[in-house]
Amino acid sequence: MTGIGKSFLGVRVLGGVDLEASAGEVHALVGENGAGKSTLMKILAGVHTPDEGTIEIDGRSVAFGHPIEAQRAGVAIIYQELTLLPERTVAENVYLGREPVRRGLVDRAAMESATAELLSSLGEESFGPRDLVRRLSVAQQQVVEIAKALSLNARIVVMDEPTAALADHEVELLYTLVRRLTERGIAVLYVSHRLREIFDLSQRITVLKDGAKVTTAETSALDTAALVRLMVGRDLQSYYPPRATEPPGEVIVKVRGGGNARLHDIDLDLRAGEIVGIAGLQGSGRTELAKALFGAEPFTSGEMTPCRPRSAREGISAGIGLVTEDRKAEGLLLNQRVRDNALLVARATGMRRPAVEGLLERVRLKPPRPTQEVRLLSGGNQQKVVLAKWMTVAPRVLLFDEPTRGVDVGAKAAIHELMRELAHDGMAVLMISSELPELIGMSDRIVVLRDGRVAGELPAGATEEAVMHLAAAS
Amino acid sequence: MTQQLKLRRVSAEGSFLRRLSADRPARPVYLALVLLIVLGWLLFALDGGQFLSLENVVGIQQRSAALGIVAVGQTLVILAGSLDLSVTYLISLTSLVAAEIMAGSDANVPAAVAAVLAVSALVGLANGLIVTRLRVHAFIATLGVALIIRGALDERYDGPAGSVPASFQHLGYDRIGPLPVSALLWAAVAASVWLLLSRTRLGYRIYAVGGDIEVARLSGVRTERVVVVAHVVCSVCSGIAGLLLASRLGAGAPTVGTDGGYDLESIAAVVLGGTALAGGRGGVAGTVGGVLLLAVLDSIFNQLEVNSFAKDVVRGVVLVAALAIYARRRRTS
Repeated sequence: MTGIGKSFLGVRVLGGVDLEASAGEVHALVGENGAGKSTLMKILAGVHTPDEGTIEIDGRSVAFGHPIEAQRAGVAIIYQELTLLPERTVAENVYLGREPVRRGLVDRAAMESATAELLSSLGEESFGPRDLVRRLSVAQQQVVEIAKALSLNARIVVMDEPTAALADHEVELLYTLVRRLTERGIAVLYVSHRLREIFDLSQRITVLKDGAKVTTAETSALDTAALVRLMVGRDLQSYYPPRATEPPGEVIVKVRGGGNARLHDIDLDLRAGEIVGIAGLQGSGRTELAKALFGAEPFTSGEMTPCRPRSAREGISAGIGLVTEDRKAEGLLLNQRVRDNALLVARATGMRRPAVEGLLERVRLKPPRPTQEVRLLSGGNQQKVVLAKWMTVAPRVLLFDEPTRGVDVGAKAAIHELMRELAHDGMAVLMISSELPELIGMSDRIVVLRDGRVAGELPAGATEEAVMHLAAAS
Repeated sequence: MTQQLKLRRVSAEGSFLRRLSADRPARPVYLALVLLIVLGWLLFALDGGQFLSLENVVGIQQRSAALGIVAVGQTLVILAGSLDLSVTYLISLTSLVAAEIMAGSDANVPAAVAAVLAVSALVGLANGLIVTRLRVHAFIATLGVALIIRGALDERYDGPAGSVPASFQHLGYDRIGPLPVSALLWAAVAASVWLLLSRTRLGYRIYAVGGDIEVARLSGVRTERVVVVAHVVCSVCSGIAGLLLASRLGAGAPTVGTDGGYDLESIAAVVLGGTALAGGRGGVAGTVGGVLLLAVLDSIFNQLEVNSFAKDVVRGVVLVAALAIYARRRRTS
C-alpha cells in the first residue's frame, strides 16, 4: 500500500501512509485509537475506497469497490467484533457468500466436509461444521473466522484486535493459529493494543499516529518503552498512577458466603480508598461477581452489607455503580447525546443532578461537548462518558469490568488516573481486567477467582506468575 | 440438546427429513397444532359430532390456501430482516388485473396470469428498492406502497369488476381426492420457497442478511440485491394469492384483500411458526404450521358457532402466548 489517504466528511483520517508485508511475515500495526489503523485495514479489505494512493498485491495493482473484490484478491480480515451469524452453522458461516453449488443447489455435503478439513488442519476438534455458532465460545468463534480466511485461499490475513475478547490461556491458542498461517506463507497484519503480543508475534512493526506513518521498524530493534514513545510521541514513564499511601478506610461492602448459579461462597470486603483487582480466567465468574454485587444478576444466598441488591436499581440506591464490560451494548445509548447519557442514571433514579459540563471536564472528555452523539466518539471517550454517568450520582462503590478494553494508550492512562482519584476521594473501587500488567499495576489488593470461588488473595505488586498460579491451578 | 447435535454431526449426509427436523424453531407450532386437533376432536366427540370429517379437512385446506401462499412470501421478507404490509392491497389489485384481462374468456387466461405476475413483481421491486436504495424502513415503505395501491383502487373501482371464465374457477373449487387444487398450489409454493431457503445460495444469503446485515456485507454478500429479490418473490406470492381469490370469486374485487386482513394475518402466521420478526431465524415449515394452526382454530370456532369477537380474543391470546413461549425457549436454550 503506497501513499494511502482518506477523508470522512472533510476530516482527513489518513494521509500518505505506506505499508508493506511479505509472505510468511507477521507485521504489527500499532497506534493510539484514532491513529487510522482500522481505516487503513478497511481500505485493504475493500470496505472503504481510498481517496488517494495505490494497493499492490504480488506486484499487481488492485482497487477494491466492495469487500468481495478484496476477498477474491486474497485479502481476508478478522474484525475485532466477530462477523459471524449466531443462528447459522459453522459451515454456513465459513462459506457465507461463496456457498458451493451443484446443479443450482447448495452442496451441503461438500461444504461441510471442506469445513471439517479446514478445522482439522487448524487442530480444532472441539466442534464440527454443523454446530450452531451461537453455541461456541468466543475463542472457538475466532477459529471459525480463521477457517473462513483460509477457505478464501487468503494471501493476506488482517487481524484487528484478535485478543480483545480472549482470556490469557486462549491467547496462547491464537498464537499457535497465527504461526500456522505464516507457515503457509500467508502474510499476517496484526493490529493490537497489547504490546506484549506484538513483541511475541511480529517481525516488523509499523507505527501510525494521527493518520500518518511514524515509522516501520524491525521488532527486534525496539523495546516496549521505545515503542510506546513512538506511539504517543512522549515518554510514559510511570505507566500507572502511584498507589495510595494511606491505609484503606472503613469497609463499605462486605459479602459473606455470597452465591448464585455461577458463584459459590464468596467472601469479599471493599474498603473506602482502595482499588481491589479481580483476576481469573474467562468463565471464572469475574463479570458475574461484579453483576452480583451490583444486583444485575443478584446473589441468591449469603449476606451482604449495606444490602444484598436484588436488581440494578437496588444496587444503585445502595450506592453501587457498574462500568460494564461491553460499553456499547450495556453502558451507553449510542445514538443519544453525551449529556443524555451522562444523566441516564440520575434521571432513572431521581437522584440529584449536578452540572454535567463540570463532570465532563473531570473525566477528561476531549472535547467536553455535551451535545455530541456518543456513537461518534472514540472508545476511550465513550468510556469516559460511562464514568461521567456514574459520577452524577456519586456512588460509594464503583465496579469496573474491563474498563480499558479497546481504549488507546492515552485514554487508558486518563482512566487509570481517574480511578485512582476516585479511590483517593473515599470511593471503594473494584476492577476486573484480563490484562495482568494493568491489574497488577493498578490494584492495592488482588482477589483471584476460579470456577466461581475465591481462589486466593494477593497483596499489591504480586507477580503475574503468582496470579496465574492461583487462577489456573487445578 | 447436545446429544442431538452430536447425532447430527455423526451422520454425514443430511437427508430431506433430517433437514426438516433440523428446522428446530418450527417444532412447538406443530406440537400446538396436534394438541389443538386432539382438543377439537374431543370436543366434537363429546358432542356426538365429527371434527375431522372430509368436509372439514377440505374446508381447512381451502381457507388456508390464500393466507398460506401470502405467508410463505412474507416469511422470505421477514427472514431477510424486512416486512411487507402491501400484500393486502396487492392481492386486491391482482385479483382485478386477472379478472379484467380474462373478461370471461378462456383465451385470455395466460395473458392475465402473466400480467398478474408482472404487476406483482413490479410492486415487489418497488418495495425492495424503496427499502434498500431510499433507506426507508420496511414498515413505512410498504405501508406507503399499500396506501398508493389503495388510492388507485378506490379511484377506479367501487365493487367487483371483470369476470373469470369457468375453466379458471377449477383452481379455486376443484379437488383431487381429498386435496383441493388450491391446497396443492399452496404446497407447491411452500415447497419451492423451502427449497430456495434451504438449498440455494439466495436462501443462505437471505438468512445472512436478516441475521446481521453488516456481517453479510463484510462477507461479500450483495445485501441490497438479496432484500430486493426477497421482496419481489414475496409480492409474486401475493399475486398468486390474488389469482386464487379471483378464481374463487369469479371476479376481481377491491375488497378481497382487506376482507382477509392478509397483511397482519400473514405476519402473525409467520411469527407463530417461530420465525424471528427481526429476521435471520426460522423458516417455511414453521409458517405452514402457523397458517394451519390459525385455520384449525377458525374451523373449531365455526363449528362451535362462537361469535367473531370471542374468536379474535382467543386468537390474540394464542398469538401472544406463542411468542412468550418462543422468548422463553430462547432464554433457556
